[in-house]
Amino acid sequence: MIGLEHYLTVAAVLFVTGIFGIFLNRKNVIILLMSIELILLSVNINFVAFSSYLGDLAGQVFTLFVLTVAAAEAAIGLAILVCFFRNRGSIAVEDVNVMKG
Amino acid sequence: MISADLNIILPEIVLAVFAMLALVGAVYTGKDKVAPLLVWASAALMLLMAIWIGTTGADTRIAFSGMFIDDAFSRFAKVVILVSAAAVLLMSEGYMARHKLLRFEYPVLVLLSVVGMMVMVSAGDLISLYMGLELHSLALYVVAALRRDSERSTEAGLKYFVLGALSSGLLLYGASLTYGYAGTTLFSGVIAAATEGHLSIGLLIGLVLMMSGLAFKVSAVPFHMWTPDVYEGSPTPVTAFFATAPKVAAMGLFARLLFDAFGGAVADWSQVVALLSLLSMFLGSVAAIGQRNIKRLMAYSSITHMGYALMGLASGTEFGVQAMLVYMAIYVTMNVGTFAFILSMSRDGQPVTDIGALGMYSKKEPARALAMLVLLFSLAGVPPLVGFFGKLYVLQAAYAAGLAWLAVAGVIASVIGAFYYLRIVFYMYFGDDRSDDLDAGGSPVLWGFLVLSAVLMVAGVVNLFGVEGAAAAAAATLVN
Repeated sequence: MIGLEHYLTVAAVLFVTGIFGIFLNRKNVIILLMSIELILLSVNINFVAFSSYLGDLAGQVFTLFVLTVAAAEAAIGLAILVCFFRNRGSIAVEDVNVMKG
Repeated sequence: MISADLNIILPEIVLAVFAMLALVGAVYTGKDKVAPLLVWASAALMLLMAIWIGTTGADTRIAFSGMFIDDAFSRFAKVVILVSAAAVLLMSEGYMARHKLLRFEYPVLVLLSVVGMMVMVSAGDLISLYMGLELHSLALYVVAALRRDSERSTEAGLKYFVLGALSSGLLLYGASLTYGYAGTTLFSGVIAAATEGHLSIGLLIGLVLMMSGLAFKVSAVPFHMWTPDVYEGSPTPVTAFFATAPKVAAMGLFARLLFDAFGGAVADWSQVVALLSLLSMFLGSVAAIGQRNIKRLMAYSSITHMGYALMGLASGTEFGVQAMLVYMAIYVTMNVGTFAFILSMSRDGQPVTDIGALGMYSKKEPARALAMLVLLFSLAGVPPLVGFFGKLYVLQAAYAAGLAWLAVAGVIASVIGAFYYLRIVFYMYFGDDRSDDLDAGGSPVLWGFLVLSAVLMVAGVVNLFGVEGAAAAAAATLVN
């Protein structure tokens, strides 16, 4: 029988994968965007699992909001990335270094 | 029923509808030619809304079954946000036009992010918290990259976007755990589940993750890495905007979450906030010493100031929230003036950010240098200027709540921090006399804001213009 904890475990694994994807990735900004999506989707799994477990619809409503915002976020991220690529001619993470901080 | 709810969020609706109409209207008419008009209209509308919100009665109104709270706390924060955003918009018009940056999207994006901030400080539910936060951040990512043809600006936008999205991810994961363990997304439901000493492990993790997400937004150490780069890379008016309204909104949301949703477990979060505050004060003060770029310097300065504001929150008392609100109001006023000065720093029409260029500035522009001197002393917290009273307030709050070590650390950090503010004063009054010095003059709008802010810093010592009373009323509605 698959219960709440299984869903939470999958979501936690995806979340940690996403975080590591952001911090360990040294190659490509697109992979950063994918990691961000992964984090948001792991949150969605959490919400839907809790929602079904609690028998409360608010979690699923929240999921729909998160999906919408994630789409807007990806659009803005890609738009900024395109501008960056036009100026710099590269989307490698190590090239995001004009300013040191 | 719904009309009563809509009535409560009318200021937000007016701003949002105006922003969308302005966007469509500008696209179909003059595009960038109508941009100056839009800037003035948006600023005027925001000031109007600030007056409207400021003069509504003192009662607490709740809309959409608890998702949106309109109380004295949110009204205080909204007035500060609206006034500072309007001031920054007015200051940016001249600079933006000179550097061919004045696109009609700019005022629209600022308006939309202001709407997001207003929702943030009024949030009574995890969903409205998240939607407000994202509306404000998404608009800010775009304005950071406003100068599309500049490597620095797009890099600032990219960095801000990646780290901002990561912080929303952390916050959201925390929100999902809070929802699961509290069984509801409403703050009023969460506070019933989160009681002192009996905080379940899921709620605790949820609380910590949400706090880290918000610490990113207020740029508290150790989540501050984006701040110096984003401040340096963005066009200066945008930096001025970043340093004012969004900080107030994020601090407001921080207080809202901690007191409205986790107010029953003060002991569980007060230590974490105290640590954030301590690290921010020290790192901000020490790291700013090596900076020669005034925008990076202001970034570290804002990290330090957020540390002091968090000290008020860490005390976990009504007085602490009052101190935090007073501090934020003073901080925003000082920053508007300081950025008015930075915006007027130019040589042959090109913006200058190196503080060495201010050598002997006092000889050429004595009045301007004097105004900046007052602001810098106030930022450093030198008595008897208003900035000192802001610091005194939070230190008192921390001391009264038994965080004497934090108050002592705050005093030490402010002594360290005074060094880099005074160094700018040193350059202005005793530095090398440079032949390639800054352009004289500057627009009357910037001059006006600089002088106004400096005068407020001096005249405010009488009674802080009644901000204390308003902040006390605001804190009283939040804490209980």
